[in-house]
Amino acid sequence: MARAKRPVSRRQAWWLLATALAASAPLTPHLPLWLTLGTATAFAWRAALTWRQWHLPPRWLLVILVMAGTVGVFLQYRTILGRTPGVALLVVFLALKLLELRAARDAVATALVCYFLVLGQFLFTQTIPTAMLACITILITTATLLAASDDRPNPRQQLGRAGLMLAQALPFMLLLFVLFPRVQGPLWGIPQDRFSAVSGLSDTMSPGSIAQLSQSDAIAFRVRFKGDVPPQSQLYWRGPVMPSFDGRSWRVTQILGAYPQVPYAAAGTPVDYEVTLEPHGKYWLFALEMPGTLPPESALTSDYQPIARQAVRNRIRYTQRAWPDAIAGGNEAPNMLRNALALPKDGNPRIRAISAGWRAQYGDDGAAILIAAENLFLKQLLIYTLNPPLLGPDIVDEFLFDTKRGFCEHFAASFVFALRAAGVPARVVAGYQGGEINPVDGYLVVRQYDAHAWAEAWIAGRGWVRIDPTAISAPSRINSNFTAAVPAGEALPFLARGDLAWLRELRYRLDAVTNGWNQWVLGYNPQRQRDFLASVGLNEPDWRNMTAVLSVLCGMVMLGLTAWILRNRLRVDPALVAWRRFTARLSRHGIAWQAWEGPLAFAQRAGMQAPVHARAIAEIAALYARLRYGPAPQPGDLSQFKAKIAAFKP
Amino acid sequence: MRPPELDAILADINRIILGKERPIRLALACLLARGHLLIEDLPGVGKTTLAHVLARVLGLDFQRIQFTSDMLPADILGVSIFDRDSGSFHFHPGPIFTQLVLADEINRATPKAQSALLEAMEERQVTAEGKTRALPEPFFVIATQNPAHQIGTFPLPESQLDRFLLKIELGYPDPAAERELLAGADRRQMLASLNPRITPQRLVEMQDSARGVHASSALIDYVQALAAHTRTAPRWQAGLSPRACLALLAVARAWALLDGRDHVLPEDVQGVLPGVIAHRLRPIDDTAHTDVESVAAALIEAVPLP
Repeated sequence: MARAKRPVSRRQAWWLLATALAASAPLTPHLPLWLTLGTATAFAWRAALTWRQWHLPPRWLLVILVMAGTVGVFLQYRTILGRTPGVALLVVFLALKLLELRAARDAVATALVCYFLVLGQFLFTQTIPTAMLACITILITTATLLAASDDRPNPRQQLGRAGLMLAQALPFMLLLFVLFPRVQGPLWGIPQDRFSAVSGLSDTMSPGSIAQLSQSDAIAFRVRFKGDVPPQSQLYWRGPVMPSFDGRSWRVTQILGAYPQVPYAAAGTPVDYEVTLEPHGKYWLFALEMPGTLPPESALTSDYQPIARQAVRNRIRYTQRAWPDAIAGGNEAPNMLRNALALPKDGNPRIRAISAGWRAQYGDDGAAILIAAENLFLKQLLIYTLNPPLLGPDIVDEFLFDTKRGFCEHFAASFVFALRAAGVPARVVAGYQGGEINPVDGYLVVRQYDAHAWAEAWIAGRGWVRIDPTAISAPSRINSNFTAAVPAGEALPFLARGDLAWLRELRYRLDAVTNGWNQWVLGYNPQRQRDFLASVGLNEPDWRNMTAVLSVLCGMVMLGLTAWILRNRLRVDPALVAWRRFTARLSRHGIAWQAWEGPLAFAQRAGMQAPVHARAIAEIAALYARLRYGPAPQPGDLSQFKAKIAAFKP
Repeated sequence: MRPPELDAILADINRIILGKERPIRLALACLLARGHLLIEDLPGVGKTTLAHVLARVLGLDFQRIQFTSDMLPADILGVSIFDRDSGSFHFHPGPIFTQLVLADEINRATPKAQSALLEAMEERQVTAEGKTRALPEPFFVIATQNPAHQIGTFPLPESQLDRFLLKIELGYPDPAAERELLAGADRRQMLASLNPRITPQRLVEMQDSARGVHASSALIDYVQALAAHTRTAPRWQAGLSPRACLALLAVARAWALLDGRDHVLPEDVQGVLPGVIAHRLRPIDDTAHTDVESVAAALIEAVPLP
């Protein structure tokens, strides 16, 4: 215990300060300013203590500071539990621990707190840069821990030793990561304090709400198709369905969990795919139309939108199947159809008049009215733009007949309004359209700027039919992507621009790396683990055989490392091997060779114990002495030596 | 390989100093390894006689310096005296300018005088009055010291003790040898009747062949293992220095040569180990007067052959 009480040297103090800095600096964006300033003051104080070799602050002062820090954290967050308060508290303790470095024990404790803080970073973000930063911090912390026991080597040597130790730990880390039985749930699945606003679709749609999204190149989800990628114009990712209209906004009114199973029959060539959904804070799971199978823990709403049982607050992955030609809602409930006809009492007289005309002409023939509406949209020569002019109270009339410029929500809303006015049940469907295949890893990447809105009309006998009014006026929006559809000169999100080829290439690669990280590191869940183990021949792994494989592989790594360390010592002299065999044989007859005994001395002693064999033993020992300790041995010596040992029968 | 004269030399010495084969062999090994010898023992056990007989048998010039507390460096190194006839200073070499020096009771002199001798031992040259003069070749110092607890001694510091390759003790003779000594002829007369067995040149050749004795890498591993043990085991105040390891290897080589081998065996290292560590390793528990042989034996048994 004398080691634990050794005072902390100046060099160790500098190491600890550097580690504390490295461990707490990445956390500053998540912590309140007063805490950052307090921590910086404590660090500066520590530096001054070390530099000037002042006395440590008295214990009562530290007690007061600890209490002040704890109260501060409590006042800030109204709790000391949870992610951010917990990390904040840890930072307070670390900063103050630096001020009471009395003995080596304190140094070790400080280094361990730093390890915890590295873990704390992952509670906030889990990106590749975070992981790389954590690796560097762990290297510094480990070097500090080494310095705590021996501070003589210079920093480069310490870091080198720490690096070597971590490199040796790496195979174990990989094995444990791959093979250790997984629990369901994300790697860093702790409840988050509050869900920060992320861009994405909302459950209401008013003019401009989707156009806003078109400025974001954040990733909504990634898709990997099991077979061929369907054509771009088929990639409608169904999101919230909005049947309710108040004259300006469209709203979701749906019955959650209406269908635990898909209520319609399969039709068309099924498309199988796997979605990796970025967290968006809502319950929606995006599915290619029409959803054929449902991911676990999910159900369909009354308007056929897959909904997860819990809000998507972590990146999740699910497999799904789409039935492109399924007839959904073939016999839809009357109240659903009634809802899909509701319109405000007044407003938009021009389109109402045209719709009434259609109604008079075609009666109940919804399909004919649909064609009439499409023709109207075509005739109006509407322009697809990111910057539509502001609209007054009659948004449909103004868009269709006056400004004629709009984004997808204008098209969809107006189309649905026109159909409803003509007595055809219709509703707005929001979601994403298209996506971009990353040629590096083959994933289809759907970004926020792929957000889209289209219309769905109910035709007797055909159920709900998808019509995309945007495609009528701007077909390139659907066939390629929205940048092609937007008039030249409009501001586009940086990553959506197609003119910088190298940037595009770089983006593809970066995205593939990030996706690989998400898929294989953060998203390495029990399912993926099972798939992976099956692919390397370990079928149906349960915890028993996984533990067995894990211990065997860890043992092998351990052996490998040991062999690597001992590689110099393992070059055994053949003479020594034969000598050991010889002495072992003698020791079975009561003449034990001591490990420290020279060969000639042993021969003399053994000769006295067994005078019969004295000569043979002396000859063997003399040969051994010459072989092991003599200058360049004669070529025949070793074989002669071995032959003599073989011939020796005690 | 083995110089044939060695047998005769050892026989001559053993005829005069009775029952002390091992110390005598060690002394000779020390000489062959070009090192200096420190003998610590009580007065009257034959230290001076050993030095005498070695000088005689090996055909070396011999001088004896009796160290006293009022001795000055000039008494050892020599002094320049004004010569009236030539009108200049003339250097009169001190007793150190000889092939074999017996520094008797070295720890009776003051540190100033001790260091004059010890520096000459290390450098194998003397610098006096601005002029450097080489000492003869071969040059060999046998120093004797009384046990440190005796009155009126200035103990040698560790750094100076390290300049002696070996430290041996003679000890009382066993009863049979002592009886023979008492009954036999006068040692001084016997000494006078001895004839040199070799020339100093031959001694230098033998020193060269001792240096050429092969030490295999397995043996060097062993020396390192011994040193490493003394450095890590909590038994000693400080471990063996690299210089001590060199000394150990050099004496072991000479020891192997005395045995007529062209390579060093672990037995050689073990044989000379007590003499090498006697004045170099100080146990932490200094009060326990354990003899050096048992300390060396414990060290040997703690370190397996690599």
